[in-house]
Amino acid sequence: MTKLPSIGQPVSRLEGRQKVTGSAKYAGEYNVSDLLYGYVVNSTITKGKITAIDTSAVKALKGVEAIFTHENRPSTAWFDLQYADMDAPPGTVFKPLHDNKIKFNGQPIALVVAQDFETARYAATLIKFEYEEEAFITGLVTNLDKAHEPKKGLATMLKPPPPPPVGDFEKAYSCAPVKVAAQYTHATEHHNPLEMYASTVVYEGKGKLTIYDKTQGTINSQLFVANVFGLHYKDVRVLSPFVGGGFGSGLRPQYQLFMAVMASLELKHNVRVTLDRSQMFTFGHRPQTVQNLRFAADAEGNVTAMNHSGIGETSSYEDYAEILTSWSHMLYPAKNTLFEYDLVSLDLPTPIDMRAPGGVSGMHAIECMMDELAYELKMDPLELRLKNYSETDPSTGKPYTSKALKQCYLEAAEKFGWDKRNPQPGSMQRGNKLVGYGMATGIWDAYQFPARVQVILTKEGKLILHNATTDIGTGTMTVMTQVAADEIGLPLEDITFDYGDSKKPFSMFQGGSAITSSTGVAIVAVVKELKKKIIKKAKGIKGSPFSDIKDEDIIFKDGAIALRSNPELALSFKDIMTLIKETELKAKKMAGPDVLKLKNYSKATHSASFVEVEVDKELGTITVTRAVTAVAAGRIINPKTARSQVLGSMIWGISKALHEETILDENLGKYMNANLGEYHIPVHADIHDLDVIFADEKDELINELGIKGVGEIGLVAIPAAIANAIYHATGKRINSLPIHFDALL
Amino acid sequence: MNNFAYAKATDVNQASAQLNGSTQNKIVAGGTNINDLLKYFVTQADKLVDINPIIDNHTITQLDNGGVRLGALVTNADTAYHPIIERDYPLLSKAILAGASAQIRNMATNGGNLNQRTRCYYFYDVNTPCNKREPGSGCSAIKGYNRIHAILGQSESCIAVFPSDMCVALAALGATVNITGPDGDRILAFADYHRLPGDTPHIDNNLKHGEIITGIDLPAKGFEKNYSYLKLRDRASYSFALVSVAIGFDLDGTIISEARIALGGVAHKPWRVSEAEDFLKRKKATRENFAAAADIILQGAVGYEHNNFKIPLAKRAIIRNCMMALNPESQRPGAQPSL
Repeated sequence: MTKLPSIGQPVSRLEGRQKVTGSAKYAGEYNVSDLLYGYVVNSTITKGKITAIDTSAVKALKGVEAIFTHENRPSTAWFDLQYADMDAPPGTVFKPLHDNKIKFNGQPIALVVAQDFETARYAATLIKFEYEEEAFITGLVTNLDKAHEPKKGLATMLKPPPPPPVGDFEKAYSCAPVKVAAQYTHATEHHNPLEMYASTVVYEGKGKLTIYDKTQGTINSQLFVANVFGLHYKDVRVLSPFVGGGFGSGLRPQYQLFMAVMASLELKHNVRVTLDRSQMFTFGHRPQTVQNLRFAADAEGNVTAMNHSGIGETSSYEDYAEILTSWSHMLYPAKNTLFEYDLVSLDLPTPIDMRAPGGVSGMHAIECMMDELAYELKMDPLELRLKNYSETDPSTGKPYTSKALKQCYLEAAEKFGWDKRNPQPGSMQRGNKLVGYGMATGIWDAYQFPARVQVILTKEGKLILHNATTDIGTGTMTVMTQVAADEIGLPLEDITFDYGDSKKPFSMFQGGSAITSSTGVAIVAVVKELKKKIIKKAKGIKGSPFSDIKDEDIIFKDGAIALRSNPELALSFKDIMTLIKETELKAKKMAGPDVLKLKNYSKATHSASFVEVEVDKELGTITVTRAVTAVAAGRIINPKTARSQVLGSMIWGISKALHEETILDENLGKYMNANLGEYHIPVHADIHDLDVIFADEKDELINELGIKGVGEIGLVAIPAAIANAIYHATGKRINSLPIHFDALL
Repeated sequence: MNNFAYAKATDVNQASAQLNGSTQNKIVAGGTNINDLLKYFVTQADKLVDINPIIDNHTITQLDNGGVRLGALVTNADTAYHPIIERDYPLLSKAILAGASAQIRNMATNGGNLNQRTRCYYFYDVNTPCNKREPGSGCSAIKGYNRIHAILGQSESCIAVFPSDMCVALAALGATVNITGPDGDRILAFADYHRLPGDTPHIDNNLKHGEIITGIDLPAKGFEKNYSYLKLRDRASYSFALVSVAIGFDLDGTIISEARIALGGVAHKPWRVSEAEDFLKRKKATRENFAAAADIILQGAVGYEHNNFKIPLAKRAIIRNCMMALNPESQRPGAQPSL
């Protein structure tokens, strides 16, 4: 039996055994009876119109049940709004099979449904499309002149545009004694979760569907399906108990869901649609960005002026925005700021949030600029950060609910051995390798969404919690169970967190590192409610020893209520349930951030990363030999799963800095490496010594649990730290990610 | 993938006969490349002839002339870890282990390694022009993303590179390829096996339809004392060489009595220049001499927008790997640079 308190214990994932033995089922693995298989056909041109479709070769093929194209698709919702999911950016949402227009290469243009997957996939290759092609643009760097201000909409609430200018940047910059400027560019990245997108739709008859969907938001998918296909939302149930990674790509329903539901309703049949790896490159991605920065400081190293102008990529139909350029003023108290953010519409699918969206790209530029400024000032890069350290949020003047960034800097620097750094670039060597030390700061928001949780105490005295959230592999199920365990005083074994189901009480999609705080706080609230009910019931029992005891003198411990002053006097939940002759006790509660209180504060998670690289003197090859990241993210519920989150993020940071890019051929308007052989992420041999520190950060303001979330912060500082370490090793500033080693020749 | 017939062959004559009838009858052994080619519709097969049952070609044997015969169907992994190869031809062993992944090496065969096709992105995408896949359609790589492409021996019609690591070592060792077919047996020098693209980039090598590789012979000399394989790439494993170098030296004190240098990742075939090797003969094993040899090897090299770096990189890689070959114990796993 596990010991309480569970919070703070490195509990292994409760579903770990299911996952490693293969008994955990993913969306494309539910083998319902009479299943038909769909395979999506994708456009091979980048822009234009479909002028003719020839399906004659398919019709002769045995086992093919149906072909859906824009010519014969069933009628779906007419209005854009009904296609707009909870994460839809402003604009005109993409509607699969809506008409003959092609907006991007790889656009889904048909669905073949057959009795088996192989037949569907083969048949998909036999349909002949004729196109009328139009000129297209897909490169960001070559189309910067077409930048426009992002449209505003609902999504703008979570992703506000940069704050208005402060002071007079141009004047301050031109007079400043010390100044730096540079341009930074980032390549496209695709999420590539291991599990590919899939939906298994069970046709329950009479307009009712049960859908196993790969998503980061069961209710988001549910409402999308109901709205698009005109179903009652209660007749659509979306289940997603296991998700093989999302990284943001599942924040919006992907097109396989539309396809599978359409076919199921039309054919009145169970249908599964699974995407293949190359199709994983035909929807959202982390956008290309171009950023221009100018920072200035006074002679003592106080940052006086910061300009950050970023241009991101979006599609021709939606204005996807990230918070790219607003971060520096949440850290450094410059009196003059100028932040801008624009978009270029390209003939590509709309980008979608990818782990630390905007933050990791923006902070790469900011923290490289700070490194340059430190060199210009002949100041240690860490010292420059400490010199410009602000306990309050300079962009708002408000205090932070908590900010243990200084501890992050100091603890990570000590663990890393930053004091052994000779600041002179190229001065540190190991054999024929140049050794570089680099550091950078990370910052990310601390979101909390409203969430509703239902709790049930069973007659056996066990607890069941219901919430619609997913667990995208982060350990959500485990940490939620831990939170409930401590609140009710039951061991983990007696608690079931039932999740990943749209039928369960409300949860937002799982993004923004927000679910631990969102659902966690709701669990605390609802269990408190349940505890009141238990006490009330226990007091009502005839001859109850608790009947005259005040509520606050009763504690919950070891599956029982007990007298605070004399815990020997206890009544177990099981006995209570037997005595009150009820099969279950229930409570349901919605909880959200304390908006009134929090409006007086700024909130953020912070990190500091220190990285050592080795660069071969002649050949330029780069190895990240070690990295230390310290994270301040409030209270850490589970140091094991949290550490895994930060380790995974650090590896992604290495990937973004050195390996990962989707290669865009602008002549052809398409991605050329849509497979995991050529889309390079690090292999084991690329990853060496990684160390994670959690700074002790008590936050009594942010929420009842003091949680800020750890899903993204570990990624933010790494790319800049690597780029800065490479500069320290070689004296070369490579501002374009990923950094190819030949740039150092 | 289109439907195709499947046949098993238990001896080479049977295999040869099974290949008859259509140029779209193809051999499958390890299947580590042809399966991809079929799935991507790059290759169409009427029939796949499975040659795995041919028992004769599954062994590695010592030859009377002191050399070693590698059966065409021996896997890359079994070859790399074979005691004779590890002892007498460590260059080959290192090169094989620098390639692909452990799983692929467990399946891939020696014969198949010679016949694998380029990993040019455009070759694998049937919706783009590619002269190698569809003669006359054009080359998308010349004006496209050509980071991984050729700097030597390429033509206006194709700048693809041959992706093998194993073959770079085989070229350096001066292996020969044993071929059998309807017209009888023949032996090709390794340098004559693969072709340059010219205006027929769709033909990778000189194996005729109906012919089968039965084995690869290694000469007696294995350069086991002074050798090194260096592979430079975008990640430490499971990626193709941007530039790789295989070196074998015979040293007489500090004097080079024989030198072998072959490059991978730079051309449509493993690149070996005899003038450079002759230049090093009877010269001191110095950086300066290695640099001069590198200049000879890279004469006429031409880069493109995204792969110009390969020219200076190849020079430095040659020099470094020559130095590494003087201290072969310095080599690191994955053929990473050392010293």
